Amino acid sequence: MGYSQFGAMIPELIILGIFLVVFVADVFSRDGSAKKFLTPMTTVLFGLGTIAIWLLPSCEVSVFGGMYVNDTASMAIKAILNIGVFIVLLQSAHWVESDEVAIRKGEFYELLLVTLFGMYLMISARHFLLFVIGLEAASLPLAALVAFNKKHYESNEAAIKYILTAVFSSAILLMGLSFVYAFSGSLYYSDIYANITSGKMSGLLIVAMAFMIAGIGFKLSLVPFHLWTADVYQGAPTAITSYLSVISKGATAFAFFIIFVQAFGQIYPDCWEWMLYAVIIATITVGNLFAIRQKNLKRFMAFSSISQAGYIMLGAMTSSTMGLGSMMYYIFVYIVSNLGAFAVITSIENKTGKVSMDDYDGLHKTNPWLSFAMTLAMFSLAGIPPFAGFFSKFLIFTSATSTGSMPLYILVLIALINTIISLYYYLLVVKAIWINPGEAKVEAFKSNAGERAALWICVAGIVLFGLVPYIYEYCYNAALIPGPGQ
Amino acid sequence: MDLNMLWYLVPSVIMFVAGVYGFVTRKNMIALLISLELMLNSADLNFVIFNRFLYPGSMEGMVFTLFAIAIAAAETAIAIAIIVNIYRKLHSTEIDEVDKMKY
Repeated sequence: MGYSQFGAMIPELIILGIFLVVFVADVFSRDGSAKKFLTPMTTVLFGLGTIAIWLLPSCEVSVFGGMYVNDTASMAIKAILNIGVFIVLLQSAHWVESDEVAIRKGEFYELLLVTLFGMYLMISARHFLLFVIGLEAASLPLAALVAFNKKHYESNEAAIKYILTAVFSSAILLMGLSFVYAFSGSLYYSDIYANITSGKMSGLLIVAMAFMIAGIGFKLSLVPFHLWTADVYQGAPTAITSYLSVISKGATAFAFFIIFVQAFGQIYPDCWEWMLYAVIIATITVGNLFAIRQKNLKRFMAFSSISQAGYIMLGAMTSSTMGLGSMMYYIFVYIVSNLGAFAVITSIENKTGKVSMDDYDGLHKTNPWLSFAMTLAMFSLAGIPPFAGFFSKFLIFTSATSTGSMPLYILVLIALINTIISLYYYLLVVKAIWINPGEAKVEAFKSNAGERAALWICVAGIVLFGLVPYIYEYCYNAALIPGPGQ
Repeated sequence: MDLNMLWYLVPSVIMFVAGVYGFVTRKNMIALLISLELMLNSADLNFVIFNRFLYPGSMEGMVFTLFAIAIAAAETAIAIAIIVNIYRKLHSTEIDEVDKMKY
């Protein structure tokens, strides 16, 4: 046991290195003008880090007695999340230079990088201690980020709601974990897999499983535990909202999948399956129905992201490599589609402060390019064929029905009906932009370079990801490694 | 009298339920935080009990508890900071007043 083991955690070390550089640069340049370089420096460094993580040879690493495992699937999801964070950095570049925030922009980048570091740990954890540390390292700095607009009351209200529900859910998760520990005597995923078998089913184990689903479901905003989502998304700064809705959700969904394949795979048919079944149906349906009545676009995106989380978890229903592959593909496509929508919302909010759907009436007269990008993002989120969203939904439905069991066909049918419902409210935005009569309420403007770059990446992703088979093959090949009980 | 595991588990469960009850019924944000601490501590207590009585050969539960305590402290620190911010805006720490955003 030596320090050389840390050298194996290459993606974490890259993020930690960027964090340290940003931190030192922030601390040692206290005068206002010198901080001009901070935003381009962070963006360029992070871009280089992203490229490095994509190019790293994927080899399976297992250190600290198997607590930390970096296999090809973990590497792939980290690379995917990194692209998402890069887009978030680009689209927030203008906002962090605004007068109110500019003085604290170093903190913004530091907290963002620490959060990403926690998510990496959560993804690579194969022991519940590391998982809990990663989960908290991901959710606590996020509370500080949600409260980042501290002069605005809404930001603080969102932050208190977020931190209280986050701590409540961690307490429930820890309680469930303690019972799991009582059953298995170890917190390694592999030991739990070996020790908790269906012969051991009891009421207490079901309670422990329910506690764990509740604890992780809070972070994923699955439905009985989703009440914080809309308020937090509305109150938080828009850059943080987009970060919360894609990066945090994608990382948790992946970690959730790993946990219940590798740790609780043996009791999956006995208790996880029907719990997850009920939660997915509730998530997709409630998220969709509440999204219909939203007028504020950030709240609208919150409920849309709740129902999308249900679709992501559909990939977990069959717990196969195909399920994991299509889940990762879905997360990738969801990242570009959702961030595309958020890039439009951010640039309009930065220029005019408007986030209501009514303000988007006749947007195409003044800002045709933004309207075009928003339309593509909405089509992709709804799953209209030529765009990436259709293919990701198609693959995730295929993987859910691949076992051919009747209940799963019913589940997919319900999800399909919900897709049609979701078409209605996504098209409401498109209708407001292109069809609603009246004068445009947002004057013509040119969004700044960072937002435009983010939009171009997202639009390219929306158009190309479905048509270029390489992306799906990449996800699917990466997913081949973690089989049950590894 | 024989002190078996139950003598320790019952107080722990009572703490957890008291925490949940307090979290649902209390109006003051600081009281909510105290309730959350109760819940976290009962989970920690559970880990130590199970380790001591069921798996005395290893230390895994106790080590986990140490980390969980540190995490709980960090959570409280952030929550208090946010509550201070809200107090500056509203001059109140009542949770009922934090209701501008709904539905």
